[in-house]
Amino acid sequence: MRAALFPGLRGQGAFADRVAAIAIKTSAFLAIISLILIFVFIGKEALPLLTSAEVQAEASLSRLFLPQSPRPGTATEYTWQPISETPKYSLMPLFAGTLKVTIIAVLIAVPLAVAAALYTSEFAPPWVRETIKPCIEILAGIPSVVIGFFCLMVIAGWLHDAFGWTYRLNALTAGIGLSLAVIPIVYTVSEDAFSAVPQAFREGSVAMGASMWQTASRVVLPAAMPGILAACVLGFGRAIGETMIVLMASGNAAVLSWSPVDSVRTFSATIAAELGEVVQASPHYHVLFFLGAFLFVMTFTINLAGRWFVNRLQKKLQGAA
Amino acid sequence: MMERTKLVGGICQALTALACLIIIAMVVIVIGNIVIHGVERFSWEFLSQAPREGMKEGGIFPAIFGTAALVILMTIAVIPLGVATAIYLHEYAPKRSRMVHLVRLAIQNLAGVPAIVFGLFGVGFFIEFVGRGMDRVLYGGRPLWGQPAILWAALTMALLTLPTVVVATEEALRAIPQGYREVAYSLGATRWQMIRRVILPQAVGGILTGAILAVSRGSGEVAPVMFTGAAYFLPELPTRLHHQFMEMGYHVYVMTTQSPDIEATKPVLYTTVMVLLMLTFALNFTAIMIRAQIRKRLRYGR
Repeated sequence: MRAALFPGLRGQGAFADRVAAIAIKTSAFLAIISLILIFVFIGKEALPLLTSAEVQAEASLSRLFLPQSPRPGTATEYTWQPISETPKYSLMPLFAGTLKVTIIAVLIAVPLAVAAALYTSEFAPPWVRETIKPCIEILAGIPSVVIGFFCLMVIAGWLHDAFGWTYRLNALTAGIGLSLAVIPIVYTVSEDAFSAVPQAFREGSVAMGASMWQTASRVVLPAAMPGILAACVLGFGRAIGETMIVLMASGNAAVLSWSPVDSVRTFSATIAAELGEVVQASPHYHVLFFLGAFLFVMTFTINLAGRWFVNRLQKKLQGAA
Repeated sequence: MMERTKLVGGICQALTALACLIIIAMVVIVIGNIVIHGVERFSWEFLSQAPREGMKEGGIFPAIFGTAALVILMTIAVIPLGVATAIYLHEYAPKRSRMVHLVRLAIQNLAGVPAIVFGLFGVGFFIEFVGRGMDRVLYGGRPLWGQPAILWAALTMALLTLPTVVVATEEALRAIPQGYREVAYSLGATRWQMIRRVILPQAVGGILTGAILAVSRGSGEVAPVMFTGAAYFLPELPTRLHHQFMEMGYHVYVMTTQSPDIEATKPVLYTTVMVLLMLTFALNFTAIMIRAQIRKRLRYGR
């Protein structure tokens, strides 16, 4: 249209304008493409578990999920021993390990981070707010390998001296380290949720004679609930995929137990520890990509759920305000 | 009755303050411990020399060099892509169109994909598919690109840091008053002329913030590069795109978990961690400063 209004423009900028538009649209499209590529290329390497008879002879789905007896006649068990004469690929010990560490991390991180977010948004004087926010940003910026290092070298030592558990590196040590990585995201999302609650809610509550704590706990907290749920969900997603901390601090023994002070091995740590030495295109290789595909689908779903909660919060507060 | 309510409220409020204190204490303990133990060995030689005697002596220069090379390559890949994506979202696409929704969804989900999955993707796509393919077509099957290389590690990392750059750039674009765009158009500029001469110069701060945050993330992340190009020890620095490289984070990981004599390597290890930590802090701090400036403008500039 502009070219019609200003005929002189046709030669000068119209061509560059068209080229730029195509380049920019392509770039934006690449974000979608790369997400699809991740899914396709990890799925592609995981697929032989379902399709290839050769791979299934060693690692079929029933071998991954159901109890197996190592030799005919012996009792059935769940064992992850991919490198042995008869490789065993039961995912159950890894699943239990992942769940244990993740739950411990979330149980530590969520109460701390949500309470801290409530404090900063409702009670804190401005200077405290200006102190804790950079602190959280610093925590979010610490590379996970550094947290893993700290866990292994320092926290594990402290806990061992204090309680003397059999395993120096265990699910609890890793969970504590992991909570350091989860706190920033839970804090940020819940702080956003608290500050999204309209000021009128608080004023109304205080006008009815409620104290500050009553306002915070009975008005602000319920109003921000979808946001808090989103924070928990996104924190869980962060914890389940985190690799370096659990790889360094969990002890990496694929043991099936419910004790929080046994060594554990998680999905992510298994990939990180074994992909380096695996024979390419072996059943073991495909199982590792299967674990990756599982993590991808899991975090993808979790993130969608998290976003859904955030959108609900926005709708709810828009409708109310 | 009134007194009890007040007391309970006070206690609960104090508990939330305590949660804040615990988090701050955690941060202080982690950083304090690392700095106290790390500062002993710190010297110019530590930054400028290669490791000696099985990592017990000497410095970490090759790891610093490798990390720098990695993040430079990564930045070259991620900045044009991320900035273009942000410009598309904010300047080109009709608001609330299906395409914008999809791109945003992809960016958000990309940000949530675990780092180790990026590593798997690097192996499956860049090394096995692209690299092997290049070897087959260009070099008659001689393995050159179909193995871990700094180029593949950098591209994997670029994908991981893409959301960071997009988000930071978009924030900067939002801070530019609408009037600037209208004036440019009214003078007869095409959309691209407007973006190149008006929007991009104004958004430099935001792009810089994104780049710095991406570099900070990229220099500390280990999981994506441990199979796509990082090596524990190399006698020579990487000079070609298909070389492997040493990376600081990976160096820390291997030294911590696979050292035969952890007590002997501990001082060097602590200093390496401190250098890594200080590097990411310096980067994050710079980015936060620039972003604060942009936010100020967003608040008062209109």
